[in-house]
Amino acid sequence: MCLGIPGRLVEFLDSHEHLARVDVNGVGRIINIGLLEDEVLGPGDWVLIHVGFAMSKIDEEEARRALEGLQLMGQAYDEELTALAGSDITLAWDGGD
Amino acid sequence: MRFVDEYRDPAAARTLVARINELAGARSYKFMEVCGGHTHTIYRHGIEHVLPDTVELVHGPGCPVCVIPMGRVDDAIAVAEQPGVIFTSFGDMMRVPGGSGNLLEAKARGADVRFVYSPLDALRLATEHPDREVVFFAVGFETTAPSTAITLLRARELGVTNFRVFCNHVTIVPPIRAILESPDLRLDGFLGPGHVSTVVGNRPYRFVPETYGKPLVTTGFEPLDILQAIAMLLVQIRDGRCEVENQYTRVVRDEGNPRALAVLAEVFELRPHFEWRGLGFISQSALRLRPEFAAFDAELHYDIPNVRVADPKACQCGEVLKGVIKPWECKVFGTACTPETPIGTCMVSSEGACAAYYNFGRLHREVAVTLGRPA
Repeated sequence: MCLGIPGRLVEFLDSHEHLARVDVNGVGRIINIGLLEDEVLGPGDWVLIHVGFAMSKIDEEEARRALEGLQLMGQAYDEELTALAGSDITLAWDGGD
Repeated sequence: MRFVDEYRDPAAARTLVARINELAGARSYKFMEVCGGHTHTIYRHGIEHVLPDTVELVHGPGCPVCVIPMGRVDDAIAVAEQPGVIFTSFGDMMRVPGGSGNLLEAKARGADVRFVYSPLDALRLATEHPDREVVFFAVGFETTAPSTAITLLRARELGVTNFRVFCNHVTIVPPIRAILESPDLRLDGFLGPGHVSTVVGNRPYRFVPETYGKPLVTTGFEPLDILQAIAMLLVQIRDGRCEVENQYTRVVRDEGNPRALAVLAEVFELRPHFEWRGLGFISQSALRLRPEFAAFDAELHYDIPNVRVADPKACQCGEVLKGVIKPWECKVFGTACTPETPIGTCMVSSEGACAAYYNFGRLHREVAVTLGRPA
């Protein structure tokens, strides 16, 4: 829960305000970027993700370092990635439509 | 210097360790790292064993799973066992023991307990199961609380009526103050938390130097970050300065994340007091839903036992969380209490001091003992 996972912003979802597609460890995920709405953010930028929300914008070097650190954590990181893979927050934004 | 070779930049690490040795001199120092993520890094990289004997790191209460008291877990289980409830929780909380078992055991007994990655997943379940009530077990410091806040704002916007939050969010500043007020511990400074500070910024820590005369350096999660922050604390002390400094400028800004702070203020208010494992009741140290969100508040909706449960006698998590003892000094560490069968919360989370030490520390300590150095 406390692990911040770096993801690279791929695109904003036109259909959903505050949602964006990010690349996390080579896999596309949808996350909420509402907490960064005061930031200048665009495709290619890196963000630190906590429980499905981008909490801070980081640079590429920081993302690389954070990933190295996470890979060292082994199981805890794997579990967090598995959990993220099982998450589907788009539906919460749709209201189940 | 064996562990230094495992560092990303061994040359930089050696330089920092030499600098720390030079700065520390003959005096003894005790610094507390507040954040469980830092504790993990410290054990993972054997940082305690590259530091001079005179510089001691004390592990603090910054693991949100570890500080949830047993009674709150029992309350969570009581809600989970209500008919028609789907109870959702982060994976970390599933094995945290209450007075009568943990959430996984409640699930085995038939409660519909589901693990979610995000509070938004819990809200999604609510929209998918309009005939059920979905409860989210909200835990965490300011790192995760804004996510719960946004989820609640979204639930209100969607007009969802079957979603509730059992709120156990805590705030980072009050436990630091409680530790500073505690007579048990004499500290020379703090390593300030990393990710929490991306939300709250560095300003809330100013009372640490201003009221208590202790320096604080916010730091990142790499071994080099920790070493640099320790050097910065020592430089402050040498120069007779006492300030909040930011080693982790790559990520943390002084003002934090204003948007996140705004949604926290919109959705939550401070509780008059909240019980922390090991630290007891601390005033204004936790969040609850504002009255405008009462319809989503699990504590108002369900009959919650709200019974205080004392920690098992054998468990010394409280002393570990206050930094009074080291994990291995606990009587049940590694014997009755292991990550597989935890008695105390510090052994459950990978960021708990006991689990981190169990996973990585023993080897380092044995090496240190073999080398004739006290661990």
